[in-house]
Parts: sequence; C-alpha cells; structure tokens
Amino acid sequence: MSEIVKKRSKSRVSGVDKFLTFIRVFMATLIVLGVVAFIAQQIWPDNPFAEWRNPDARGLTGDQFKGLVVSGLSQGAMYGLIALGYSMVYGVLGFINFAHGEVFMVGTMSGWITSEKLNDAGLWESNFVLSLFLIILVAITTSTTTAVITERIAYRPLRNSPRLIPLITSIGVSFFIQNATLGLFGPASKGYPQLPKWLSKQRSILTVEIAGTKILVMVVAALSMACLWYLVERTQTGRAMRAVAEDKEIASLMGINVNRTIVITFGVGGTMAGVGGILWGLLFRSVTHMTGFLPGIKAFTAAVVGGIGNMGGAMVGGVFLGSAESIAPLVILEPLGVPGVTQLKDAIAFTVLVLVLLFKPAGLFGEKLSQEDRA
Amino acid sequence: MMTTNLTLKKPFELNWKRILFWGSICALSQVFICLVGLPSELNRRILIESTLSLGYLFILWVPLLFGYVVSKIVKLEGIENPKQGAADLLSGALTGLLGSLGLVLLMLGIDNLDMRDPLINWNPKLFRLLTFENSISFGSLVWIPVGVGLGTVGASLHQMSSQIRKMTAYAMFGLFSFAVLEDVIGDLSEGFRLEWLSDMIYAKKGGMTVTSTIVLAIVLALLPLLVQGKFKKTVDRYRSEAKPEDKRRNSVVLFSIVAVLVLVLPWFLGRIVNELLANVGLFLLLALGLNIVVGLAGLLDLGYVAFFAVGGYTTAVLTSPNSPWFSPETHFGISLLVVVVMATLAGLLIGAPVIRMRGDYLAIVTLGFGEIIRLLFLSDWLKPYLGGSQGITNIPAIDLGPWEVRGADPRSVFYMVLAFCVLAIYVSWRLQGSRLGRSWMAIREDESVAEVMGINIVNSKLMAFVVGAVLASFSGAVLAAKVGSVFPKSFEILVSIIILVVVIVGGMGSITGVMVGSLVLIGILGGPRQPGLLQEFQNFKLLIYGALLVFMMLKRPEGLVPTARRTRELHQEEYLQDAWLGDDESEDREEVGEQL
Repeated sequence: MSEIVKKRSKSRVSGVDKFLTFIRVFMATLIVLGVVAFIAQQIWPDNPFAEWRNPDARGLTGDQFKGLVVSGLSQGAMYGLIALGYSMVYGVLGFINFAHGEVFMVGTMSGWITSEKLNDAGLWESNFVLSLFLIILVAITTSTTTAVITERIAYRPLRNSPRLIPLITSIGVSFFIQNATLGLFGPASKGYPQLPKWLSKQRSILTVEIAGTKILVMVVAALSMACLWYLVERTQTGRAMRAVAEDKEIASLMGINVNRTIVITFGVGGTMAGVGGILWGLLFRSVTHMTGFLPGIKAFTAAVVGGIGNMGGAMVGGVFLGSAESIAPLVILEPLGVPGVTQLKDAIAFTVLVLVLLFKPAGLFGEKLSQEDRA
Repeated sequence: MMTTNLTLKKPFELNWKRILFWGSICALSQVFICLVGLPSELNRRILIESTLSLGYLFILWVPLLFGYVVSKIVKLEGIENPKQGAADLLSGALTGLLGSLGLVLLMLGIDNLDMRDPLINWNPKLFRLLTFENSISFGSLVWIPVGVGLGTVGASLHQMSSQIRKMTAYAMFGLFSFAVLEDVIGDLSEGFRLEWLSDMIYAKKGGMTVTSTIVLAIVLALLPLLVQGKFKKTVDRYRSEAKPEDKRRNSVVLFSIVAVLVLVLPWFLGRIVNELLANVGLFLLLALGLNIVVGLAGLLDLGYVAFFAVGGYTTAVLTSPNSPWFSPETHFGISLLVVVVMATLAGLLIGAPVIRMRGDYLAIVTLGFGEIIRLLFLSDWLKPYLGGSQGITNIPAIDLGPWEVRGADPRSVFYMVLAFCVLAIYVSWRLQGSRLGRSWMAIREDESVAEVMGINIVNSKLMAFVVGAVLASFSGAVLAAKVGSVFPKSFEILVSIIILVVVIVGGMGSITGVMVGSLVLIGILGGPRQPGLLQEFQNFKLLIYGALLVFMMLKRPEGLVPTARRTRELHQEEYLQDAWLGDDESEDREEVGEQL
C-alpha cells in the first residue's frame, strides 16, 4: 500500500524530483570537473583545460598534498570521536542531541583550566605524560557529568514526546551551556600552554612530514575507538545498549534497566567528546565558548555520512569529512577558479551533509536504527 | 525526585533527603548565578530606589522558587493525599537556609582563595555586592534570614487561600512590570504631558521610590478583589452566548480601537521606545513567517535567517549606490518586487532538497544552508558582487512621496514595519483556515495519514517554505533600509534561534502567541543585536533564551498563548487519562491558568 502511495506521489511531484536530479547531476559534474582539472594541472600544468577557469593555479606539490591529507585525517579523527556521541544517542533515543558539541567544548575548557594550573605548578614541563593523563581524566569527568546531567534534567522527561521536542530542547541546552561558559570564563580566547618540543616537532614517517601532535591525536583517537568497540561489542553493558537501541520496550522486558542504559550511553558519548576535546586543545591550543558549535554540527554531519547509529560509520565518516574539508577546497574549488577557497572550508562541510542526504540518506555504511526511529 | 509520601504525615516529619537535595540545588544555582556574573552586571539597574536592584532580584528569586518546589506534593487520584502543614513550611525554610549557606561559602571562598584566573567573576566586585559593602558576617546575617524567609514564603504559596495567592501574584508581577517598564511609562507620560505621574512613581536616579512601591503594591493587590473574576465571567458569557452578528460587530469595534491606539500611540512616544517598537515589529514579522513554517507545517527550519539575509541583500544591491557589482539604485518599491521573487526562489531552492527528509534532518540541513549562505556572503569569492565582510553600505531611506522612512526616525520605520506586520497577520490568519493551512496542520500531525488523505505533501511543504521566506525577506528589506547597511554578521544562526524561541514561547501556530512572544522577549530582553528595555541583559540574553527554551519545552510546550489544537496534540496522553478518570479537565485548566 505504502509503495503505491509512494509511486503515485512521485508521479505527481515530478517537478521537485526533476529538480533534485538536476542538483545531483550538477554537483556530481562540478566535483568531477574540479578533480579532472586538478589532475590535469598536476600532470601537465600548461594544458588549456587546466588554464580554462583558473590560469593562476599552480596545483599542489606532493608534500603540500600529503600535509593536507594528514591534517584532514587528524581533524577527522576528532570529528569521529564527537560523532560517536551523536550517533549513539540517535541510535538509542532517536533524536539529535544538539548540545553534544557543547559537551565537547566543556571538555576542552576544563582541560584548559587544568593544564593552566599544572603549568603554573611546573608539572606540565617536568612530567608532560602525567599531566596529559590528568587533563584527559579531568576532561572526561567534566564532559561525562555534563552529558549525564543534561540527560537527567532536559531529555528524560521528554522521552515520549514528538521527535522535534527534544531536538528543540537540546538547542536550548546548547545555548545555555555556551553562554554559561561565556559568563563564567569570559569571552577571551584561552590558550593551552606550550607543548614540549619532543612532542610537537615534525617527524618524517614513510616520507610524510607530520607533526608529533597529529600522530598523538590519531593514536589516542584510535585507542578510544578500540575501547569503545570492546565496550559495545564484547561486554554485557554493550549488549544492553544495543538491545535498547533496537527496541526499548522489549529490552526492558528482558530485564535490562533502560534508564540506566540510556544514562550510560550519554556518559560514553560524553567520555568520547571529552577525549576529543583534549585532542582539540592539543592540536589547536585555543578554546572559547564557541569552540563546540561548528565541530558539533560537523560531527553530526560525520555521523550522518557514516550512517547514523552506526559506530564504525561515525568514525569513518569523521575521517572522511575531515579530509574532504581540508582537501576539497584546493582540489575541487581552486581549479574551478573560486578565489579565497580556504574560507569556504565550513561551507564544504555543510555541502557534504546536503549531498550525502541527497544521494544516500542512509549514509555510506547504512544506518542502524530501530523500526520506530526510522519512520 | 518526586517522592511522595502516600501515608499521612506526622506534623513535623521532614523528608530530609528531599530537603538536602533541593537545598543543595538551590545553593548551587545561587552560586552559579553569582559566578556567571548576572548580579554584578545587572546591579546597575535599580528597581526600587536604594532597596532592590535587578542584580539582587536575580539571587532572591531562587530560594522562593525552590521553597515552592520542595514543598510541592504530587496529587494522586483516588488516594488520600497528605495535607500541607507546618512541616512543609519548615522544609521550605531549610531549603532557603541551605541556599544562603551556599552564598556564605561563596563569600568565604572569594575572601580566602584566588580563583580569578579561570572564573572572571570571582572578584571583589561580587564580594562587595554579596556583603553589601560590609563584612562577611554582616552579609551572612542578611542573607540567612532573607533566604529562610523567602523559602518559607515559597513553601507557603501552596497553603494560602487562592484569593491571597492571587493578590500576591498581582502585586509582585505588577510591581515588576512597573519597574521594568520604567522607560516606556516615563516616555508615555512625557508624551501626554503628565510628567508629574512618572516623577511620582520613579526616583530621579532610576528605580521606583519606596513610597510609590508600597502604594502601588497595595493598589495592585486590591485589584483582584475589585475585579473578582467579573472580567473573566463577562468574557466567558460573551463567548458562549453572544450572537454571531454581535460578535462580529464587537470584534470590529475592538479591532478599530486597537488600530487607532497602535496608529496614534507612537506620536506620544519618544525615540527610544519607538526604536524598540520598530525592532519588535521587525522580529514579529520574522516570527510570523517562522510560525507558518514551524507552527503550522511543523517543519523545523533552523536556517530561517537565510531568507532574512536574502531580503536584506537584495534590497541593498538594488537600492544602494555603493553596491560593488550591480547598482541600479532603484526605488524601494521596485526592489521589494524583486525581493519577493528572490525570496520565492530561495524558498524553493532550500525547500526542494529538504522536504523529503526526516524532521530532524531537515532542521540540521536548513541550519547548514543558513550557514552556507552566510559564509558565501562573507567569502572572497562573492566579494566583488556583495562586498564580503565589509557588506554593502549607504542604503538610502525609503522614499514614500510625502514621507520618508529612515533609521534616524524610528517612528517612520515603525509605521512601515506595522504595515508589513498587518499584512503578515492577515495572510497568516487567512491561511490558517484555508485549504492549504489545514493541509499544513494535517502534515504536522501525521505525514503519512495526510498523504493518504490526498494532500500533496511536497507542494504544501514547499508553499510553507515560500510563504515563510517571503515574510522573512520583507523583514530583511526593511531592516536594510532602516540600518542603512547590510553585513554578513547581522545574519548569524543566532537570529534563527532567537526567532524560534519567540515562536515557541509565544505558542507554535498561534498568531496572538507569536505577537505576545515577540513583544515580551524582543521588547524586554532584545533581539540578537538590538537591545531591549533591559539593556543590562545584553550579555545574558542568550543564556536566558536558552534556559527559557528548555523550560518551555519541559513545562509548557504549547507556549504561553496556545492554540487549542496544539495543546490537545501535545498533551494527548493526559487528555486520555483525564477522560478515563472522569472529567476533571475543567479543574486542571483553572490550575494552569492560576500558575501563570
């Protein structure tokens, strides 16, 4: 029956569909053209096709390209860590926790406070590994607490309301946390203390020049992902989480404490965001009350790209989005003759979101949602 | 959290766990409010001369609220509920005490520890404010009795007779309004040559005088005694009994009175209040548009600011001589036509890709579109056409023959905005009952059912986007002419969120609600860049908007002035339960009305 309805409504609204097809074809052509022009520039700099739109473009050297890929990967790893929180909450409760970006920001902020204090005490320089461990611990605690408290206050009473209601609530929570942080710590941008030389210096691995910080970011992200995988796939708690994501009612009939499992889900999401927050702090070494906003939306994009509810997908989606964001402006837009392409980095991320939802709404690896959430 | 004692309570048996829980939350919130900087910043605004400032008020309402909360008993059907008694008063007092202890600890902390590095409000200013420029012991001596007293008052709210409760509510709320509306009342009395009136109520340095406060409080408290529900009865009788012709005639009379008031009043108002009204109007226009998209069609558009920007930039390009790429310098009227076309196109362009998406994806994608448009306006790529971050300046005033609408004369802007608002209200009102409006509501309630009923979902949703876009673009066009310039910075995502708050606080889908919402929120707290009556709130506006959004969603998702349909939708379960338990609905409704 619903098939028939779908077919009929499709035949009736062909205008919109034609338009969507047009957008799909147009965007695909644009991307292909950009990439081809980029390749043409790289192989044969003087060819007319490469000079057609942007005669000044010089293309990229191999090292530049590798640098872009590396920074894209490390940034993507962080997006992936944040995306896990979105993905898990969406999988379990079926709503977008808009405030998750703020949970991440709170982690970065608390990491800054701790690192500042440790730096004053001298521990930051004398024993960096210990202080790193400490700030990660503090950030995880703060982020997890924030996530759990918001769940308790703002989301639990709304569990059975229409889907948009918790989303709107989470927007409110997001603005509240953002501006509370602004009020508490002031508007100035806060800088993390200098990292030790042995960590931040450039290293050459397999001909790729890479800063030590980025290696650290990727390693920590990979480790956290592995821990999470173990938690979800190999432990009792993880099984409970998967069961609740599948069907809350039946899970509770099977003796699973649904409330507790949901709190754990929020907590685990918060933990990942806390780790991501510290990595952000180490990589960019600055934090303001707005730090969480854009990474939050981008991480959600990453979750959608990988297929929402799908944890491996969230991580891969994060890496994909990070690389796309850092490579696409120079590879697709620059050869097409768009000036000032690096400014459009954020716009690229949003465009990826729109494109994924147009081409493959279930994400690259398929969404994992219960029947009711999919409706 | 809401543990209830089902057995009868002994007179002085206290629920210690509950008191400790709420007491510590009370203390934490007071400390939080202090450290966020609300009291220190708002201390500038004096409400009652040399007695109370807005800053102190922000600390004082906390024990009142938690005293009320801690002694609340959840009423259950069919069980003998415990009676409120002295124990509840005591628990309220203890909660207040715990809250004050939090403040005392904060004072001790500021005095002895230096935490100024991360916490910017951990400073002597806050210390002086908390100790009343005196010693800690003095401060504690003041705060503890005040906290205990307010906690008790909060708890006693449950036990007052409804008459007294009503009187207190009238007095407190009325006094607060008088204090907040100081500028408007002063302005009005000046306009009507009644300066003596405002001189009598308000002190020279701002704030009400103590005598006028007491007199006003008494008058306001007596007000409900005088009215005695006559007003409500009249309205009810009128609603149920009046003939259709009578109703029609009366609404025409009412409408003309309002129209005359709105048209005449600005002449008696000063610059600042007129400016304020113009801002309220601009945001009302936006909110009415969003009300159609979110309230009627149920599409949560978080990138609504994009249409606002399209309106502003189109006007700027067409009318300003400074437009870098194409500057025909047309008249505002002609540009308005183009604005409509552009907004329609933008509505279709943004609407078409998103209408098939799930509701929450739609929200995020529209938010993405809003950001993309802002980033494009900001980028070097479009700089030769739209001016990049410098924007487009020198947009001329609107020339309307004998009159001119320009930002320097807020009254003219107000009339201009008023015209658009009337149009928008008329359009929304007519659309609500139309075939299209009904199909929007059907889609909002259940998309699949609406589709099966033969509603063309795609076209209806697109129409919602287009109508909303056109209304928003009008607002953008007037804003551009009013300010005289457009910058990408004026079109941040924040605007969308603030309008969303206005629509939700007012009541989704309700025109009156949206009007009330924008008047109260934009008028008092202010818009994203525009200050409201309480300019001191500038830095805390978003904090309060965020908290308000959460609060409304939790406690009253249908808004302040809800529509009947929406209320039923959101409280379906309760209605079903009420029907099952027997018809207690009328009683419940009264309670809700009183709480307001």
